[in-house]
Order: sequence, then C-alpha cells, then structure tokens
Amino acid sequence: MLKDQDRIFQNLYNDLGPDLTSSQKRGDWVNTKEITDKGRDWIINEIKDSQLRGRGGAGFPTGLKWSFAPKEVGSRPHYLVINGDESEPGTCKDRDILRFEPHKLIEGCLIASYAIQAHVCYIYIRGEYFVDGQKLQAAIDEAYEKKLLGKNAAGTGWDLDIYIHYGAGAYICGEETALLESIEGKKGQPRLKPPFPALIGLYGCPTIINNVETIAVVPTILRRGGKWFASLGREKNTGTKIFCISGNVNNPCNVEEEMNIPLKELIEVHAGGVIGGWDNLQAVIPGGSSMPLIPKDKCETLTMDFDSLMAEKSGLGTAGVVVINKDQDIIKCMARIARFYKHESCGQCTPCREGSGWMWRMLERMAKGEASKDEIDMLGDVTKQIEGHTICAFGEGSSWPVQGLLRHFKDEIKKRNKFDPIVKENKNIPYLVDQHLLDKNA
Amino acid sequence: MSLRRPAKNQPENFEFNASSLEAAKSIVAKYPEGKQQSAVMALLYLAQKQNDNWIPLAAMKHIAKFLDMPYIKVYEVATFYSMYNLSPVGKYFVQVCTTTPCMIRGANKLVEACKEKISEHESALSNDKNCSWMEVECLGACVNAPMMQINDDYYEDLDKEKTLKILDKILNGEKPTPGSYRGRINNEPENNRKTLMDLKNA
Repeated sequence: MLKDQDRIFQNLYNDLGPDLTSSQKRGDWVNTKEITDKGRDWIINEIKDSQLRGRGGAGFPTGLKWSFAPKEVGSRPHYLVINGDESEPGTCKDRDILRFEPHKLIEGCLIASYAIQAHVCYIYIRGEYFVDGQKLQAAIDEAYEKKLLGKNAAGTGWDLDIYIHYGAGAYICGEETALLESIEGKKGQPRLKPPFPALIGLYGCPTIINNVETIAVVPTILRRGGKWFASLGREKNTGTKIFCISGNVNNPCNVEEEMNIPLKELIEVHAGGVIGGWDNLQAVIPGGSSMPLIPKDKCETLTMDFDSLMAEKSGLGTAGVVVINKDQDIIKCMARIARFYKHESCGQCTPCREGSGWMWRMLERMAKGEASKDEIDMLGDVTKQIEGHTICAFGEGSSWPVQGLLRHFKDEIKKRNKFDPIVKENKNIPYLVDQHLLDKNA
Repeated sequence: MSLRRPAKNQPENFEFNASSLEAAKSIVAKYPEGKQQSAVMALLYLAQKQNDNWIPLAAMKHIAKFLDMPYIKVYEVATFYSMYNLSPVGKYFVQVCTTTPCMIRGANKLVEACKEKISEHESALSNDKNCSWMEVECLGACVNAPMMQINDDYYEDLDKEKTLKILDKILNGEKPTPGSYRGRINNEPENNRKTLMDLKNA
C-alpha cells in the first residue's frame, strides 16, 4: 500500500477542511513563486520527467501536450481549459477534488497557465455538480482576495483569471473539442481533428485542455520533483491515481493509490471485498463504462495501469472500477450501459447516432432471450462498424463495452438466445423481419 | 440521442427579473468581448431557475435578444443539453440515477419509491403539481450509489425506505438534508478506512 506521506490528495475525505488556511498547512501555495521562477522549460521538462499521463481517460503524456503550445504568443491569446465534465459511469474522483482540494487545482491552473502562457483559464464543470462548483467558486474568490489570482498572481508576476463554466448534462462535452464548442455557447458536438486545439482551440486560439486530476497533481510533482513521481508505479505508468471503486463491494469508496496496484488489493483491502466473497465475483469494469469488462479469472492477477490493462484489451480510462458480482445479470448490466451511450450520443455521426440505439435494443432483447442466434454475430458486426468511423472517440467508447461482453460472455448470451432466425420460427415481430429471407420462403 | 420537445402550453412573455439580470451581466463579463454567445448556457440556467425549473420558448427569445444571437442557436442549445427542462417539472425536480453502477446497487427501488409517492409515470407532475421525477444517466456519485438529485442537491447511499422518507419531506414542503443517508463521511470506505488514518484521528 502507498505510504500516507506519498499521497497527493491529503484531504480526499475532508478531514482537514478545503479552505485556504488549511490548504496552506498541507503545502499548497507555499512557494509558488519559486516554482515559476525556474522558468517554463524547467516546468515542462519536470512534468515530462515525471511521466505524468493525463488522468481524464486517454492517458496522453501531459508534458508533451504542454510543449505543443506555441512558444511565442502571437496575435491570438492562449487559453487553459480544465475538463471537469466528469460523466463516465463509475467515475467520481474530480468531484472530490473540486469540493475538498480546490486549492490544489487552482494552484495547478496558475502553474500550467504560466507554462503555456495563458492569462485566462476556464474550468468546465458538469452542470449536475452545481453545489461542488459553488465550493470551487468560493475557493477561487478566496484566492482572489489573498492575491493568489488576478494581477501578479501569488507574486509570480503572471496575471491569471479563472472562470467556471457549467455544463448542462451532456456526457459528450467531456470530449475536448465538444467541450470547447460548449464553452463557445454551441451544441456540444466534437470537431474534426486536426487542427488540434493546441493550435486552434477555444475561439480559434491556442488552447491546452487537461483533466482536473492532472492539473491538481502538478504543484505537488513540481515541489517534490518529477523523479519522486516517476519512482511510484512503473515505467510510463507512474505516480498515484484516485481510484473509484463502486458496484457490488462491501465498502465502495474513492482511494488514492499507486499506479500498477493489483486490482485484487484495491477490491479486497480498500473496498472491503466483493459482496458474497471473492468467488462471487463475475466481472470488473476497470476504467469507467467505456472500457471493456474483465472476467473474474483475469482479475486475480491484474494490475491497474494504462499498459497492463491495454494488454488485456481493456484500459485504465478514468480508473472508475465497477465491480459486478454473480447476483447480477451481466447482459442486463451491459444493456444499461448501451442505453447510456444511446442517450448521450451527440447525433453528429450516423454510425454512432444510429448504431448506439441498435446496440441497446439488441442487448435488451438478448437480456430477455428474445434475440436469434445469428444476431450475436450481427451485434459484433455493428460494434465494428461504429468503432473508428466517427469524428470523436465516443464511437469506440460505446462499442468497446459491447465487444468486451461478446469476448468474455458469448456463451452466456448463446445459452439464453437459442432460437433460429425469426422467419423460420414464424415469430410475429414485424419490425424485425428480414425482407430478403421472407422473399426466399415465399 | 434523446428526444426533447418543448411544452405545448407556453407563456407569452418572459423577462429576466432584477437579480437574474444582474447575474446575467456578470456572467457575460467572464468571456472575451464579442464572445457573449458563450454565456448562453449559464443564462438558460438562470432562466430555468427564475421560471420554476423550466425554460419556456419566450425565455429563449429573450436570451437571444440579450446576447445578440439568432433565436435558433439558443433553441439548439436548449434542446441539446438534457439539464434544460422544456416543460414544467414542478418546484421539486427529482432525478434518479439508474446507470449501471447505481442499477446494480438497487436504483430500481428508488424508482419504485418515486412511482409510489410522486406519480405513476416519469416526467408526470404529482397531484399537487409541485413535484416530478425522471430516470437520468450517471450523475457522477457512483461510490455513493444508489443516489438521486433533487434540484441542485445530491442524496446518496439510499434505499427504498430512505427515499420514501425524503420524498415525504419534499411533498410536505420541507427540505431534507443532502448527503449520505447511511451516515458515512464523504467518499471514505465505511468502517474500513485504511489510509490517512493520522488525519482522521487528529
């Protein structure tokens, strides 16, 4: 288990209070000027050395992303945008940072803004977190009052203004370009890339977008050194991460742990074990709903980091671990996730808009045993036609969980859905009749 | 995508009241000059607050004029985002999360409770027109599942009985305390905390 002094979010459970005074006791805002005095290159190099990867799901190296920002500010200002549109089912880590460690985030915003030369930072928070956003706003106001923000913020000589922008219940706005559209006051429909936001982003200006957790760990990394952060976890999967363990466990919780921690340790030690015992485990979704599930036999030895989960054809994503035990109907669980994606598709690309609905309806029927044998392969086919054929990664996000189900629980589906194609059975379900089969029979 | 339609009965007029107007002006000031369209989401939210939790078409027109943008662009935004209610939902708007992490911890019991106390059907107003409920997608409090949101507040770690009690309270016009209903502190593992113990005991 990670040593307590190596935990970045000391106030994860709000033992100490989120206000400025107690944050300063925990080390926030202590020597911000000393950090910025070392210069932009030093900051970016230190982040590169720490091998910090974005905590929002895709795991892109943060230092590298920052280095994409233009070195000189031209006619267009630079922007920093913080992505707090946490909506991935199974994930609730950013919420705790917003309400209990707001000053880590605000200080991170200042340092990151300095590194990429932005004078304005927008923090995008999902609309449902209104109350938590108000807490962050209180912390921002407090920082303005103590001159940690505004002109010459925290004595660094850098001017920075931070504004909160609330979303309004659209999962897709967690996609970075959809988020920018949303800040610009439009529908949250993702943009084509390239051009990448680092060059043409918010209002057409260079914009760096980072997750809340990514930015909140930055000040601590710079204080303790990139080497310290890199010494935790393993090569390319370094540092600590907040894991959210939900579902059928005895003590669902958020906990900050080292990367590469065994999944079994997370569940058994921190979350108090699976309800009904480890043997009652059916499957685990390791990184939020869009990551394919992992069946029990692989959970024994699985370690939680980007690359080892990738090797299992899944992913760390947002590290929202959803534990599903044998009391649950796994097909129903996945059908519900498919319904989520059907509801949240932005409607821009046809494969996703239509396909997400198809997948949901097919899975609902499969859960009831109303699908025919050949539909199982057809479902796999649909997922393949969505994946990679959309503007943003939502296509992958919606089809991967279904692919995971087909990969590991195909027998279960087959057992439940035995009958032959509808026409042969003379089932009277008119909207499902394949016209070409009807012709042949006639 | 989800199907969203404006209500049939629409009020003729809508205007921001004094406090909304002041808030609206300070919101517009957050964005660069000429980019006032960015404020449309926040202004729609203000309009919703002012108008008993829903946005009439007149409010969209008013906001379009206020921000100097085409009405259809406001309409697009209002119909795209699911948190904008386009028809009356009552003073107390109950949203029950039923996505998988909540579902496997028994969110359907919460739905049952809502059906018993508020109305048989989703999005239908209760008898006193004060309250309605609907199933929503993940609200981002998965380790506190099952949970629901009433207006801005989260009610966590629920079961059917506790939900019935909360609903009784709001139907009587009282405001129940938000937060965990199993007495646990924030997101810590209940009775099983192994980390940061010095701080807990401090």
